[in-house]
Amino acid sequence: MAKTAISLTVNGEKVEALVEPRTLLIHFLREQLSLTGAHIGCETSHCGACTVDMDGQSVKSCTVFAVQADGADLRTIEGLAAPDGTLHALQNAFREWHGLQCGFCTPGMIMRAWRLLQENPHPSEAEIRFGIAGNLCRCTGYQNIVHAISAAAATIAGASKEAAE
Amino acid sequence: MIPAAFTYYRPRTVPDALSLLGAHSEEARAIAGGHSLIPMMKLRLATPDHLVDLGAIAALKGIRAEGGAWVLGATTTQAELIAHAGLARALPILRETALQIADPQVRARGTVGGNVVNGDPGNDMPAVMLCLDAALEVAGRGGARTIRAREFYRGAFITALAAGEIVTAIRIPAPPAKAGAAYVKLKRKTGDYATAAAAAMLSLEGGRIATCAIALTNVAPTALLAEAAAAGLIGAAPGAAAFAAAAAAAEAITDPAADGHGPVDYRRRMAGVMVRRALAAAAERAGG
Ligand SMILES: Cc1cc2nc3c(=O)[nH]c(=O)nc-3n(C[C@H](O)[C@H](O)[C@H](O)COP(=O)(O)OP(=O)(O)OC[C@H]3O[C@@H](n4cnc5c(N)ncnc54)[C@H](O)[C@@H]3O)c2cc1C
Ligand code: FES
Ligand code: FES
Repeated sequence: MAKTAISLTVNGEKVEALVEPRTLLIHFLREQLSLTGAHIGCETSHCGACTVDMDGQSVKSCTVFAVQADGADLRTIEGLAAPDGTLHALQNAFREWHGLQCGFCTPGMIMRAWRLLQENPHPSEAEIRFGIAGNLCRCTGYQNIVHAISAAAATIAGASKEAAE
Repeated sequence: MIPAAFTYYRPRTVPDALSLLGAHSEEARAIAGGHSLIPMMKLRLATPDHLVDLGAIAALKGIRAEGGAWVLGATTTQAELIAHAGLARALPILRETALQIADPQVRARGTVGGNVVNGDPGNDMPAVMLCLDAALEVAGRGGARTIRAREFYRGAFITALAAGEIVTAIRIPAPPAKAGAAYVKLKRKTGDYATAAAAAMLSLEGGRIATCAIALTNVAPTALLAEAAAAGLIGAAPGAAAFAAAAAAAEAITDPAADGHGPVDYRRRMAGVMVRRALAAAAERAGG
């Protein structure tokens, strides 16, 4: 099958690649770019384990073709920590608050939470639950995930207040 | 879960999209948000040879008021619809419905046009468009035409759209004065299609119902306009007795499937319950 050239930005870096039109974005990320952070859970657009950020929105990368990401700005879990390895506030909070058990849902959950906190920097518990409704977790019962996201929101708010002072 | 191979096109104009769709006749398909089509392609229930992405066509985007009417570009996403403050004030039922569709990621990609055109009886927007008497603006190589939503649905996944045509926009007329509307949906969990759902809009005059429309989701092969149920309410005082009669009339036209959402009788009764709740909310919003 003829391949199509795409060029996009992934975690701040320019990427040029050839893809088959039918290649799903999740397969492109995992198999062609070796970014295996985003997971394939259900492959049926339900679980959100494959969630990445595309042009400022959370998307399920198993339900987007890689060709559709031509020109897009993508961020995956690999692009969340600082270049020196310092974890993002959300990653720290998931550790602190035991927001994961097996960890399979975690990359998608954190990427969704990352976008959610930009859409709504001070979400209530109900808003967090509604905001992560597209991400399933089979282990935690969600309680600690919600705690972790609240805690990260407070940390981020505190840090930006400090920076302003 | 790998779709069959296809050729991909990303036209920038409606005429280009139409000639791409026309050049390949039946095996070419439009793709909008892809959140019904890609799952079907993964299951190989859909195997288009040519996929024409409507996503880069600026003319299909955007929400605008035209007089009292509202025009939604076909590729407006559910997320864009939800975020539009003017539309939320004028026709809050649209935002209320969009928020009940799937989850944030699906709403970020899924489009209003795709939801209306798809033809799945589980889609939520068709009943709302029947209730609001929306018109679909259609473009084809033979020219443009308008199809009322009330004449669009022929069967499960069968619509009045001809091969090679696309929906460019959805036009929603101004609601009657002093109208209230609501969409109420019963689902088993987040991201689920309706067990049953109902859209209702009514207006009041002197404490009596002056106009009314009711439509149902996922309790027949297509969304249903419950005409007799609505007609029976004209002139009545809004309240439990009148709404129970309307619910019974609406239940009578349902033809639900027995599936994971429940047996036939349950889904029929839930359609009635959704009608009662939608009418009560609509009446309250109308000021009754
Ligand atoms: C997990 C999950 C849960 C969901 N839950 C719900 C739910 O609760 N309620 C609900 O209503 N939907 C639900 N959906 C479906 C979702 O809303 C889809 O986005 C929608 O049904 C189709 O819109 P789309 O833009 O994604 O269309 P696509 O998937 O791109 O297209 C669907 C069909 O419409 C055609 N089409 C699209 N746009 C046009 C156009 N402008 N002109 C002509 N033809 C066109 C395509 O050719 C295709 O046949 C769910 C989907 C998922 C994955
Ligand atoms: S793998 Fe994409 S939603 Fe489950
Ligand atoms: S931690 Fe195991 S699925 Fe969420």
